[in-house]
Amino acid sequence: MATVTAGGPAPGAVGEPPNEVALSRRIRNRAWWALCTLGMLVLVVPVVWILAGVFDNGTRDWHWSVLWTAQHGIGGGLANDIVGTALITFSVAILAGVVGVGCGVYLSEFLRPGVRRTLLRSAYEVLSGIPSIVFGYVGYVALDVGLHWQFSLLAAVIVLSMLVVPYIAKATEIALGQVPTEWREGADSLGMTKSYQLRKIVMRAALPGMLTGLVVAIAISVGETAPLLYTAGASAYYPTGAFIHSPVPYLTEIVYTDFDSSFPSQHVLSYDAAMLLVVLVILILLSSRLVIRLTQRYSPSRALTATKSQPRRVRSRDQSGAARVIADAAVSVDSPRDGPSSP
Amino acid sequence: VTEPTGGTAFHGKAVAGGSPRPPDRTSRRGLPTLTPATTPQWRREFLERLLAVISSLAAIVPFLALAGMLVILGIYAVPSIKYNGFWHFITSSPWGIGDLYGKVEVTHGVKHLPGAEFGAYPLIIGTLETSAIALLIALPVAVGSAVLVVEKLPPRIAGAIGMCLEILAGIPSVVIGVWGALTFGPWIAKHIYPTLAHLPNVPPLDIFRGSVGTGEGLLTSGLVLAAMIVPIIAATTRDLLRQVPEQTKEGAEALGLTEVEVFTRVQARWIRSGVVGAAVLGLGRALGETIAVAFICGGQDGIAHNVYGAMDTIAAFIVTNLDAAQGDPSGLAVRAIAELALVLMIITLFANVVARFIVSKSSRGAALPVGAGF
Repeated sequence: MATVTAGGPAPGAVGEPPNEVALSRRIRNRAWWALCTLGMLVLVVPVVWILAGVFDNGTRDWHWSVLWTAQHGIGGGLANDIVGTALITFSVAILAGVVGVGCGVYLSEFLRPGVRRTLLRSAYEVLSGIPSIVFGYVGYVALDVGLHWQFSLLAAVIVLSMLVVPYIAKATEIALGQVPTEWREGADSLGMTKSYQLRKIVMRAALPGMLTGLVVAIAISVGETAPLLYTAGASAYYPTGAFIHSPVPYLTEIVYTDFDSSFPSQHVLSYDAAMLLVVLVILILLSSRLVIRLTQRYSPSRALTATKSQPRRVRSRDQSGAARVIADAAVSVDSPRDGPSSP
Repeated sequence: VTEPTGGTAFHGKAVAGGSPRPPDRTSRRGLPTLTPATTPQWRREFLERLLAVISSLAAIVPFLALAGMLVILGIYAVPSIKYNGFWHFITSSPWGIGDLYGKVEVTHGVKHLPGAEFGAYPLIIGTLETSAIALLIALPVAVGSAVLVVEKLPPRIAGAIGMCLEILAGIPSVVIGVWGALTFGPWIAKHIYPTLAHLPNVPPLDIFRGSVGTGEGLLTSGLVLAAMIVPIIAATTRDLLRQVPEQTKEGAEALGLTEVEVFTRVQARWIRSGVVGAAVLGLGRALGETIAVAFICGGQDGIAHNVYGAMDTIAAFIVTNLDAAQGDPSGLAVRAIAELALVLMIITLFANVVARFIVSKSSRGAALPVGAGF
């Protein structure tokens, strides 16, 4: 019972550790956690600082009327920009949503692993790594100048959609990949056709993940500036609704041009626009959680917890974050789900 | 539910004998109720094909977009490549569209203004420098905080940190740029940089010596970029750490390893390739970040004279100079920017390929696959 293990002192009174860890190792351990804590502070401080700065500047001269007044010379409100941003974002959500979801469904459900799938998947993964200004420049050169569309809604929407499609496609692919094989086999054995199975079983189960991708795409398109500056142009009026030949106003452009203008009234507009953008993005990100909760009725994680079987595929709540969706879009490997046998 | 008879599949869109389509019902246990199909065969086949066709069309779009962008940039940059050459373009320094009031000249069959000269060397160096600084800072911060979140913090606080990450990833870059230019830059130039500049004059620390400037420049850009790429690396690292099997960790602990040793000997090996992939992805975003850098880089077409010095990056230069380039009557300046965009695209593609290579190589051995689900 009380045999002494090699190297360690004899275990004495109850509660005393059987092995004394060397001082240097304990110090190294403490130093490690101190560094980790420092790292987390460095991460949290900018978030708090930026939010505080934005709300401090934004609320200083805040008038609710900016929400329903259009720009007027160097003053006025932001109503036209809000309408423009909403118009662009809505159009992008439709175009990029169709293309992105379609792309993800095809890659995950219709293509077998092989050269074609690798090629198509690499294409959108590489696309997600291309700088937004390159999108903007190509859009300007090809659509605004090349096709004589000038600054226009259509050019902006196409460029922005190509920018966000990878996020939706990847989120869709991952979500579809998480639907258990047993469910598909079950559907097969019931005699369901492939598309019926997709619509009624697989895509319903994958809905939360797909919608998370869409929500992230919406948040990105609300906040992008570089691809829009030379495709949507700038305007002080309400968007006309025409697809081409008419520039569209949007919030980020106001922040970009007016923050260092020489008129204080434009500073105020710029700060207001920045605050509106941050509020919008936070609301959109929060809404993703609501959307997940509303749509997870058929999702595998929920079913697994409900049946109290192995909870290995259950995601913790903070795991399906926007940052992760952005990170996922770029690099992936076709390899087995369950890690290595041994490191 | 009765069994389907030979060849008749269950089908939801059933319309039974002209009566209105019964609504999709779900039973109490959450499973869709199935109605036997009476839809005509052709219609079922059509529906079956439709989804495949539509989604296959959508799947080609990203490929076409990528190829289209490369082709358009390549074709558009031809006059500039003829005039500047490619190698000379990326190794020479001044950028001037020439004498705007001069007469348009023709060299090598390319129209240009007298004295036009395009060189991207300082911009390329600026892009690489800011991104390197950003990655050097962001990587340890992200990994450290991810370890803390996974190992020490209670779920509630971990969730709050997760929310912080999401917000930081979601804040528009233009807002971060304004914050950097109006708040962060001036503050750090006043309170932190003077101290850094008075560090002892020994080799690793002497790079911080010199005049600190106004807070718009290389180091400020690198720091702000670091804040922008931290969420991506941290979120990936956190999720990877959570996938490390509990047993391997417990085994290491049972052998008497301290927490830091468990991390370096066990966890780090599992998450290695994923973190490298996320880091190179972050690097790619830092290379291409446009608006935020345009506000805080100082906007000088030249290499920063010290670590605080004003400089410019390719992306920021494009967005701030495209307007001026349109004023070039010979049209060469816009073409030169196409060549610049091509260079930027090549740099980011290179980073991307390296990331894929590292991840695919190391994920075959001792590490978790990235992005392959949870």
